[in-house]
Amino acid sequence: METTTMIGQLPEVTYAGVIIKAIIILAVISAVAGFGTYVERKVLAFMQRRLGPMHVGPFGLLQIAADGIKLFTKEDIVPQHANRFIFMVAPVITAATAFIALAGVPVFPDFVIPQEVPLLGGIFVPSIASDVNVGILIVIGMMAAGLYGPLLAGMAQANKWGIIGAARTAIQFLSYEVVTGLSILAPIMIVGSLSFVEFNNYQGEHEVWLVFYQPVAFVLFLIAGFAETNRTPFDLLEHEAEIISGYATEYSGMRWGMFFIGEYANMITISVIASMVFLGGYNDLWIFPAALMIVLKIAFFFFLMLWVRASWPHIRPDQLMWLCWKVLMPIGVINMLITGIAVMLVLE
Amino acid sequence: MENFLAQITTIEGFAFYLFSALTIVLFWITVMSKNVLYAMTALASGMVLISGFFFILGADFLGVVQLIVYVGAVMALYSFAMMFFDATRNIKENNTNSAIVFVLGGLSALALVLIFAAPIHNESIQALYPMHEGVGNAQDVGIILFTKYLIPFEVAAVMLLVAMIAGIILAGKKMDNSLTESMDEDVEDEIMKRKDLK
Repeated sequence: METTTMIGQLPEVTYAGVIIKAIIILAVISAVAGFGTYVERKVLAFMQRRLGPMHVGPFGLLQIAADGIKLFTKEDIVPQHANRFIFMVAPVITAATAFIALAGVPVFPDFVIPQEVPLLGGIFVPSIASDVNVGILIVIGMMAAGLYGPLLAGMAQANKWGIIGAARTAIQFLSYEVVTGLSILAPIMIVGSLSFVEFNNYQGEHEVWLVFYQPVAFVLFLIAGFAETNRTPFDLLEHEAEIISGYATEYSGMRWGMFFIGEYANMITISVIASMVFLGGYNDLWIFPAALMIVLKIAFFFFLMLWVRASWPHIRPDQLMWLCWKVLMPIGVINMLITGIAVMLVLE
Repeated sequence: MENFLAQITTIEGFAFYLFSALTIVLFWITVMSKNVLYAMTALASGMVLISGFFFILGADFLGVVQLIVYVGAVMALYSFAMMFFDATRNIKENNTNSAIVFVLGGLSALALVLIFAAPIHNESIQALYPMHEGVGNAQDVGIILFTKYLIPFEVAAVMLLVAMIAGIILAGKKMDNSLTESMDEDVEDEIMKRKDLK
């Protein structure tokens, strides 16, 4: 396959570079997901005037290690009448699709491994693991494929809560995919490309964040992103007050952990898309360098998800469907129409 | 044979044979399995692998559309229908006249393979609308769709609109009454009747 280097003079992307990139993404995002659990508990605790984890290590920092040891050593139980194979595969689907989606988005800038490093010296590591021209669609498509994780998990476990969780997975993910697609179409029409790099360059050249052109699309995308990553107020898949844990009811140990890592990786993916498409990507801003800006933007969206979780209660399934089909989708279509007319007038 | 070996040692050839073997195995499982869950999982993963062929050929856009449409939407609708079965049990199939079905199905499959494989022996295969260097996939598809194939495209759009309106009318007849509430009333009526009988 041809590897496109969008910015000239860069060394060619080799297979070794892509493999190193994939390992970096896996290691860093898994670690960030683990640390994310700690951050989530601390942030929720401070917002609710509690202390959060305090006992393991200074400020409870080693709580991550304690949780990890517990997850790894816990017995992996498969229920009696469950479909063993599908039950065991389902968590892998969630984790795998979440990480494949990350292959299409830029994580860290390009760099060359210094010559001093033995064996690997001089290998160019690209910023995007797989820089195809349709990056945005790949990410959306893989996140759509991610619905099979919870769906198959719920159906394989011979448990009524699981089945209800699976049914909710299907309706929630199918419905909100529509809103994600419609909302992101409007910025795509303005930039005229499906590549994240083009989005970044457009916002760099015009020195404007697309959120100022497309505030409606931004809000729609955020709401749909919350629903697609199964975050409160849309976490109906495992709504513990109604359906115990939904699709995850029968899972324990590392298999449950894989659902968790997948969910956190998806949160990071949504944060990256939102900051790349709407908030200017990795461009310098005033005196702040590009690398700092993109990390700050991603961190802000991650924090926003925790903030919302601390502020709002769950909503009912019928409210979820009402919101999607009667409010968000019509607004999305109208926004797209207006953008289309505006783009046509400007081009003429 | 040498030709085959030369092909399979290139990375594209290897990917092609790997994807084709896996796709055939997965679709075979889809047809032969008696378990709803296995069939569904195999079909979905087969659809994912088919998108791999588009990526090998450099048709990134079509590959992604295959992912979004077939894996994300069509298969998800199938699986929603599968909710009504007990997915953990095997299904008892009642096949009648399996010999006739087998022969007819096999023959038509063979005919299809021959029809689609026949042009391989013709040297003069050319792409009618080849990809342009430096132009994205999506732009290429768009230009063909909105020039040469504009009318079929619009007709398909009208058909989808008709189907959508029909769906809304079919589903929306009693949208204002809540099913749960009416069910509660029915149950209450039932209880009242039983009390009357006593």
